[in-house]
Amino acid sequence: MTDQGRLNANEARLKGLLLRALAGEAPAYQAWLKELSAHLRAYFRKRLTRFPDEVEDLVQESLLAIHNQRHTYDADLPLTAWVHAIAKYKLVDLLRRRARRDALTDPLEDESDFLVATDSEAAEAKRDVGKLLGQLPDRQRLPIVHTKLEGLSVAEAARLTGMSESAIKVGVHRGMKALAVMILESSVDRSFSPVRPHEH
Amino acid sequence: MKTDDLVMLLANGGGAAERHALARRYALAIALGLATATLLLLALLGVSHSFGASLLSPMFWVKLGYVASLAVASLLAVLRLSRPGARLDWVPAATAVPVLLMWALAVAVLLAADPVQRLGLLLGATWAVCPFLIAMLSVPLLVANLWAMRGLAPTRLTLAGAAAGLLSGSCGALVYCLHCPELGAPFLGVWYLLGMLIPTAAGALLGRYTLRW
Repeated sequence: MTDQGRLNANEARLKGLLLRALAGEAPAYQAWLKELSAHLRAYFRKRLTRFPDEVEDLVQESLLAIHNQRHTYDADLPLTAWVHAIAKYKLVDLLRRRARRDALTDPLEDESDFLVATDSEAAEAKRDVGKLLGQLPDRQRLPIVHTKLEGLSVAEAARLTGMSESAIKVGVHRGMKALAVMILESSVDRSFSPVRPHEH
Repeated sequence: MKTDDLVMLLANGGGAAERHALARRYALAIALGLATATLLLLALLGVSHSFGASLLSPMFWVKLGYVASLAVASLLAVLRLSRPGARLDWVPAATAVPVLLMWALAVAVLLAADPVQRLGLLLGATWAVCPFLIAMLSVPLLVANLWAMRGLAPTRLTLAGAAAGLLSGSCGALVYCLHCPELGAPFLGVWYLLGMLIPTAAGALLGRYTLRW
């Protein structure tokens, strides 16, 4: 199949999965996120050739961002444009944070190959999201641990913690947002391997 | 945590998303912002004595249309800039149209007027306070609109902040119409525009700090 053909097929399939996910189908969401992470990894690995260590952290940061902002997807828009804009935003943000824009080896504007390239070989992430999760306050951490890690229902988690069901939902929602903020803040402070940028 | 575990974490408990998130957030922000700006106006400035009479003047409705069409155009820009990957397309051009039309009207008015009256038409009676009062009334709107935008996903932060600022400024100017007696096109084309551009500049500057996600 040609690249364009593969792109169109991937766009249609992934969009279908996401629309089912946004309607509340967890298995479709999991399949979508898994496939998306392979595309993100390929995209970042190609563009962060000088910082291969950063790739997996950025994949995870982008997945969390996409999860938290998934309500901004409009079914009338191509999925590729939406996902690519988020990936590019996260990539530019990372490079800007480090003022190392020279690290770019590939133009960012090109979204055409986004859904063609995949990379399923996950490297080890340097930043441990699990540890960050542990730093959340109980009212956010417990709802996430019970409903998302242990797979309990909202009602079960509410009974277990003595919190109300709406407090569980709010706790999960706020906790995921707080996690994204912690990642944003932790990556500003993180020291960076001293690579001298090329002078142009 | 491995990426596959993170995927499990995110997917568990479902991915159901808030529906109509943009419309709901901005409707709430604009309603709260307009209400607060109106209270500010009533408390600090009051409604113009000539407000009732001005409703009969066609120029009042031209002024209202000018400000309201800028509000609509900037709202369209704000909605698009809140979604990753959405294109602006013709929206910036649409934003320029009311301003250009008002300028054309202003030039016609100035050319038709007696040369000694031209400066008076341009400055009106309130040129020195008008931009600042519009900017003041747009503060609650700017706070509300930036809050709404923060919960969405702008990727061009300076531009998104500027659009939120113009939306706030034009809504602030809309409220200011209750107090302001000025109806001259040259006045509206300069001082109202300046008043709306102050929050636009503020939004552009604040955008990159307040809108990151």
